[in-house]
Amino acid sequence: MFGKLSWEAIPFHEPIVMVTLAIIALGGLGLFAGITYFKKWTYLWTEWLTSVDHKKIGVMYIIVAMVMLLRGFADAIMMRTQQAMATVGSPGYLPPEHYDQIFTAHGVIMIIFMAMPFFTGLMNLAVPLQIGARDVAYPFLNSLSFWLLVSGVVLINVSLGVGEFAKTGWVAYPPLSGLQYSPGVGVDYYIWALQLSGLGTTLTGVNFLATVLKMRTPGMKLMDMPIFTWTCTWANVLIVASFPILTATLALLTLDRYMDFHIFTNELGGNPMMYVNLFWAWGHPEVYILILPAFGIFSEVISTFTGKKLFGHHSMIYASGAISVLGFMVWLHHFFTMGSGASVNAFFGLATMLISIPTGVKLFNWLFTIYQGRLRFTSQVLWTLGFMVTFAIGGMTGVLLAIPGADFVLHNSLFVIAHFHNVIIGGAVFGYIAGFAFYFPKAFGFKLHEGWGKAAFGFWITGFFVAFMPLYALGFMGMTRRLNTTTNPEWVPYLYVAMFGAVLIACGIACQLIQLYVSVRDRKKPENMCEHGDPWNAHTLEWSTSSPPPFYNFAVLPKAEVIDPFTEAKENGTAYQAPAKYEPIHMPNNTATGVVMGALLTVFGFAMIWHIWWLAIASLVGTVAYFVIHAARDDQGYMVPVDVIERIEAEQHKRLVAAGKIPATATRVETSLEQA
Amino acid sequence: MSKNRYPRLLGLLPLLGTLLLGGCNMTLLDPKGQVGLDERNLIITATLLMLLVVVPVIVMTFLFAWKYRASNTQATYTPKWSHSTKIEVAVWTIPVLIIIALGYVTYKSTHALDPYRPLDSDVKPITIEVVSMDWKWLFIYPEQGIATVNKIVFPAHTPINFKVTSDTVMNSFFIPGLGGQIYAMAGMQTKLHLIANQNTELEGISANYSGAGFSGMKFKATATTQEEFDAWVNEVKKAPKQLEKAEYEALSKPSQNNPVELYSSVTPNLFQTIIDKYEGMNPGKPMHHEKHEKEVAHNMEGMDMSSHSAAGAEE
Repeated sequence: MFGKLSWEAIPFHEPIVMVTLAIIALGGLGLFAGITYFKKWTYLWTEWLTSVDHKKIGVMYIIVAMVMLLRGFADAIMMRTQQAMATVGSPGYLPPEHYDQIFTAHGVIMIIFMAMPFFTGLMNLAVPLQIGARDVAYPFLNSLSFWLLVSGVVLINVSLGVGEFAKTGWVAYPPLSGLQYSPGVGVDYYIWALQLSGLGTTLTGVNFLATVLKMRTPGMKLMDMPIFTWTCTWANVLIVASFPILTATLALLTLDRYMDFHIFTNELGGNPMMYVNLFWAWGHPEVYILILPAFGIFSEVISTFTGKKLFGHHSMIYASGAISVLGFMVWLHHFFTMGSGASVNAFFGLATMLISIPTGVKLFNWLFTIYQGRLRFTSQVLWTLGFMVTFAIGGMTGVLLAIPGADFVLHNSLFVIAHFHNVIIGGAVFGYIAGFAFYFPKAFGFKLHEGWGKAAFGFWITGFFVAFMPLYALGFMGMTRRLNTTTNPEWVPYLYVAMFGAVLIACGIACQLIQLYVSVRDRKKPENMCEHGDPWNAHTLEWSTSSPPPFYNFAVLPKAEVIDPFTEAKENGTAYQAPAKYEPIHMPNNTATGVVMGALLTVFGFAMIWHIWWLAIASLVGTVAYFVIHAARDDQGYMVPVDVIERIEAEQHKRLVAAGKIPATATRVETSLEQA
Repeated sequence: MSKNRYPRLLGLLPLLGTLLLGGCNMTLLDPKGQVGLDERNLIITATLLMLLVVVPVIVMTFLFAWKYRASNTQATYTPKWSHSTKIEVAVWTIPVLIIIALGYVTYKSTHALDPYRPLDSDVKPITIEVVSMDWKWLFIYPEQGIATVNKIVFPAHTPINFKVTSDTVMNSFFIPGLGGQIYAMAGMQTKLHLIANQNTELEGISANYSGAGFSGMKFKATATTQEEFDAWVNEVKKAPKQLEKAEYEALSKPSQNNPVELYSSVTPNLFQTIIDKYEGMNPGKPMHHEKHEKEVAHNMEGMDMSSHSAAGAEE
């Protein structure tokens, strides 16, 4: 009836897990009670869960990313504590069967369920606004993508309390991840969590490519698109090209585990090397999917806060494109030590180094954007400068690892761990946090507290260096990754320092939480409010509408004939001009299909993991049926009547006057008369 | 950027190099074998080359950010300036030049340090067959007819030809103090060529996570004089245990932190038998070992059809 599922699946004997579960349960209960008490269920359902508005979906993505950042960071602290404790003969407090799940979960969560949703959230929030669009090309698909991600999130968190997670490392190489060496449900949780969220990511990629190709405001040329939109676009090209590889690879692993295929097994003609190649054919583009949008954010931040045009806009676009294309031709550098010939290794080493050229160009372009600018040291700028320094180091160690002769001794060592945290934290995460602070006022109409933001930056960057520089050294000392216990006494001081660094990062995260609290508390203070929409005196269209933007984004589609259209409009005095007459706007209806399909697919994933076949069939049939019904409804959306638009725009007009953005004497009607 | 900054920075570079070298406990920076030495020199050369561009970038970041701070109204402000062909050419050329230099070093060193390339030496190499198991290392000395678990002894100044496979999941055979690593994979044979430059005792590990007992998958690697090695072989030949079928099956059972074992004899051809166990491409057909080995070697070579470059090490 319940497949492999029984009461034994719940780890009652593991106090750490049970305490965590109790805390999660209490938190969940508190949230549930709170929502019920304040009677917010209807609001939540109609305004958020069923919303197809890209801005709200973006906010939900970022909330998920932040929650998962906490979860993934808790794993990180546990790992660092274990490695600091389990030295010279001490077993530490985490036995291998628990520790091995933690480092696997940490990797999967941080990449798939923290970084990916963070980037997707920022992209959702900003890209349609940047190109002057009213929504994405396929609003329902966007909602579905989000709920597929949530399915993955739910599954990986359920694995904490029901059964186990994979003990294979986040790469899940067979044969270790095959049925023979991992008979438990851990790898199945891994497969289905990644499979569902990966499907969502592919759909997001398709959606946003269609959006930038078909939904740009009239007059906006592709090469004039803002740089963040461009880097996201390259990331989406990578998504649609690489995520299907992940889907197929996981499907093949599923066949191995569920139907006794021998595609990746040791015996019967299986070949684990094929999995390793396929995994990294997705896995390497994946890291560029994470980093490129961060590059875009840094570009926006630097050009905004220097009050200058971005240096080499086209050069940046080409550099991002070169990184994307080359990013597909380097996957073998993750396994130079698998015994390929020297020429194969040399080819992939050289291809990898080529990537450092466009990346170097980007660094120089940021430098020359600062050059002869007026740089305001806001928290976003600090994250960016911190990134430029940190990333230069991380890039250098990356190129070092791209040299096969160097990789032979550094491969799989803590040097590699230090390198990719150097680029993912110092690159992607710093970028997302900068983007969060940059776009937060756009989403909510008030600014984040600068002091706490700067404190967070201080802790994060110090913590990063304190936590990861020792790991570079440990790599040189011959310490390999994923060790549960160590015996070399010379490593101990370095492991202690690394542990302290993790504590500093924890302080940084605490500052961010305090920042959120303080900012929400002080949101009504006049210096924090920026509902007029342009708190940073920025260049691009997303800042020309109110904050938060009206659900239709732009009452009239904005004009964009240059790279920084909003700056030009402000200089020409044509910004904020209202038309003589508004036209009705066509908008999509909200739909529960995304959330319902996501819920059904979560059940499907869970049923597959536990071999509850009847439930798997029922939920899959239910998903398809619900979608067919949704499609058959043929919902054409609705028209926003002119009087609604006029009312909303009149409010925005008042705010602009109050903020001194437009002269108080010029009323909206007069302006429009002049125009007429 | 002012012109006199570069020479001053360049003067610092060798200093940095010596600082790195000075790390006495850094196994990889103080290797006891020629391969490791070449790999270390490669790491230092490449790092110094890259610092040529990384240090200026970091310095420029601080410099530009400070000089063009908003409060410094003395500094030039050119809000519309966003293109300069001169700078564009420079920012593309500088990384290209560094990468050309680094690419040359990479191409040469990848061939010179290819783990499959037999080492140049007048001394006759010794062969050690390596099998990764759950969670220990089995070493077979085919020429001496002995086997050990979690311990190897070999003469210094003698090239060692490691032939590596796995009787379980993927592992990576690695003696950090001696030089690079190679994956151990079931049904396949990989090769690694190393040499010790002095008598020493080193730690060997698996550098690829392989499950619960992975952390304890360590072995001692001892480089001795030829006489001491011969004496050790004779001693092992007196060991009570023999690695026969039943003994191997017992050894195959997963075990953690396995103690050192010595076997006075080994079933002939055990290494090849372990590889063949996983052969499943043509079930039922008898395999000719020689041909099979050739095929495996061929597969592992990938696209590399040319003979190994005889180019010497970089430094």
